[in-house]
Amino acid sequence: MQFLPNVIFVALLGGAIFWFSKNVGRIRRNILLGRDVDRSDNASGRRANMLRVAFGQSKMQARPIAGFLHFIIYASFLIINIEVLEIIIDGIFGTHRYFAHFLGSAYDVIISFFEILAVATIVTVVIFWWRRNIGKLDRFHKPEMEGWPFKDANIILYIEVALMFALLNMNAVEENFTSSEHSFIVSHSIAPLWSGLSDSGLHLMERFFWWIHIAGILAFLNYLPFSKHFHIILAFPNTYYANLEAKGRFANNSTVTKEVKLMMDPTADPFAAPPSDGPIEKFGAKDAMDLSWVNLLNAYTCTECGRCTSECPANLTGKKLSPRKIMMDTRDRIDEIGKNIETNGEFKEDGKTLLGDYITQEELWACTSCNACVQACPVDIDPLNIIMQLRNFATMEESSAPAELNAMMTNVENNGAPWPFSQMDRANWINE
Amino acid sequence: MTTFSVPTLAQMNASGQAPEVLFWVGCAGSFDDRAKKITKAMAKILHHCGVSFAVLGTEEGCTGDPAKRAGNEFLFQMQAMMNIEVLNGYGVKHIVTTCPHCFNTLKNEYPELGGEYKVEHHSQFLNGLLKEGRLKVEGGQFRGKKITFHDPCYLGRANDEYEAPRALLEKLDVELKEMRRCKQNGLCCGAGGAQMFKEAEKGDAEINHVRADEALETKAEIVVAGCPFCNTMLTDGVKNREKEEEVQVLDLAEMIALAEDL
Ligand code: HEM
Ligand code: SF4
Ligand code: SF4
Repeated sequence: MQFLPNVIFVALLGGAIFWFSKNVGRIRRNILLGRDVDRSDNASGRRANMLRVAFGQSKMQARPIAGFLHFIIYASFLIINIEVLEIIIDGIFGTHRYFAHFLGSAYDVIISFFEILAVATIVTVVIFWWRRNIGKLDRFHKPEMEGWPFKDANIILYIEVALMFALLNMNAVEENFTSSEHSFIVSHSIAPLWSGLSDSGLHLMERFFWWIHIAGILAFLNYLPFSKHFHIILAFPNTYYANLEAKGRFANNSTVTKEVKLMMDPTADPFAAPPSDGPIEKFGAKDAMDLSWVNLLNAYTCTECGRCTSECPANLTGKKLSPRKIMMDTRDRIDEIGKNIETNGEFKEDGKTLLGDYITQEELWACTSCNACVQACPVDIDPLNIIMQLRNFATMEESSAPAELNAMMTNVENNGAPWPFSQMDRANWINE
Repeated sequence: MTTFSVPTLAQMNASGQAPEVLFWVGCAGSFDDRAKKITKAMAKILHHCGVSFAVLGTEEGCTGDPAKRAGNEFLFQMQAMMNIEVLNGYGVKHIVTTCPHCFNTLKNEYPELGGEYKVEHHSQFLNGLLKEGRLKVEGGQFRGKKITFHDPCYLGRANDEYEAPRALLEKLDVELKEMRRCKQNGLCCGAGGAQMFKEAEKGDAEINHVRADEALETKAEIVVAGCPFCNTMLTDGVKNREKEEEVQVLDLAEMIALAEDL
């Protein structure tokens, strides 16, 4: 019986880690359903980008208030998690405040510092909650945020507050123990709240908060893969694998290059069979698995913050296009494809596609390719890249581009300019 | 127009010469009446500075940018390969263009297809001339005038060039008043991504009108652009707000040509 709490703890921890790994594995599999692109180059540039953008939160600071508030939560999280390590050790071995033995009086100072961070976190979360629910910040209230995404954002905030309260109260209760050896700066001032309890009542409450805290953390961990909050992990690989080249450079399709070269080669036999290395490649993307794994990693990383959408010229002028929705649609669709695979063993046609059922042509053609969304994203997501691949499909496979664009392209094809002017008149300006 | 001759590469080549730089005029610069003025201003500056330059003339074709942004990779690469064949045939090394879309495509998307050149936007090239002392700009008629500069997406965010145009404007002794959204955060004029060639989707405003409002908010007398498409969009936006009498929309090249009385 003596070891029962340890056994329960280890089972809980093991279960939580197991479920978490399983869901991370599921997301990993979904991401890898994407087409391959090579991002193995420039490791040092990639590391530097990750350090600056994710670790250093550099792009968050474009909005100083949100950037500062988030930095508090972010830094507190990283630091307070050192204490979680202690909790895990205590839980497994049945020790109590394991680190205190090594740190002596420094221990109280350190935990006091953690408590201050916990209070800062609570204050910040309250401000975040206010901004979202009462402040009515425009970017949190676009159509794509209705329903689950809005709830998800609040759930995270509630859990954060609950965890911080449990931590502080656990310490506060303990200070009332007759055997208490510790006193920490914040919990010291709320300790009197619990002074009415008997010693056994105190021990019960201390255990209660201890378990609430750790169980909460493990529950939170397992909530991540179902939430936009998964960004706290994926922000790091996502910034590492981000596009580091000029934003204006759109990749050239190498299959097209081969065909065009063949067409322009005067020595090529025009009646030769087309090169048949493997199945005929589809141009562009129609569904989520036609996109690259970087696009899909982007989709799972999206924090739904809406900074992209709030800078998008199309969205600003009332068009349906919202780059955040492009990312959320991509994630929802690849998630659906993943579930389909789990149910059927392999992907079974479900009559749906990303282009058409999730993202409409109207959204697609409103984009000016201005890169404002890419610039705005604090985690280096590239919605424009997805839009362009969908356009490739619409134009090259479906011929469903708007009529005016087809006319423009006919002009380019026939007379080398997007307007119906003769190539022979190109230099007329010289003598006009 | 010209009191000097603008040779084509073919002509230069025939007489055994090679220019210092190829002036890539682009479709707008060749055919659009408003953009042609920018082209001429640029040609005047090049001539004035004693830069030996040539154009491709009838051998130039659309870079393929609007086709690529409209999703037609095939047409884009056809255009690119044809242009690269011409450019490489003449052994072109250095290109300057007044169009940020041509600039971006030539600079970023042609190399992989076999077209490797030093490509500069005219703001960058003219800055180079300034530094070498070949171009001397004095404030001239613009001294003290309040102006604002609209960052073209394909020069700014797409290629991280924000300083070259501003360095030129500084030489004109103008008072540069930045718009609320500028540089990295500049608002698009609405023409990019092949939007120039189609009606906008349903919405509650036109992008170029919103951008024109932001420019007008600065109370600038001149809105400076560095792209023929931005120029058209902003001119239209200013007209829509019935401010065309008070506010001019000019290209960087036009500003310099006017300041120097070219
Ligand atoms: C590792 C610990 C992290 C924690 C605990 C954390 C926590 C949070 C929380 C609680 C929110 C919700 C804020 C709200 O309701 O508005 C949030 C949002 C966000 N986080 Fe994080 N985050 C972490 C890491 C990161 C990283 C590395 C980045 C990359 C720069 C990042 C970028 C964002 C963004 C862009 C938002 C949306 C906020 C906004 O709307 O301004 N986070 N994060
Ligand atoms: S690139 Fe397209 S989606 Fe992104 S901000 Fe510009 S118009 Fe909007
Ligand atoms: S794509 Fe980036 S900027 Fe847009 S909502 Fe997602 S995280 Fe925010």
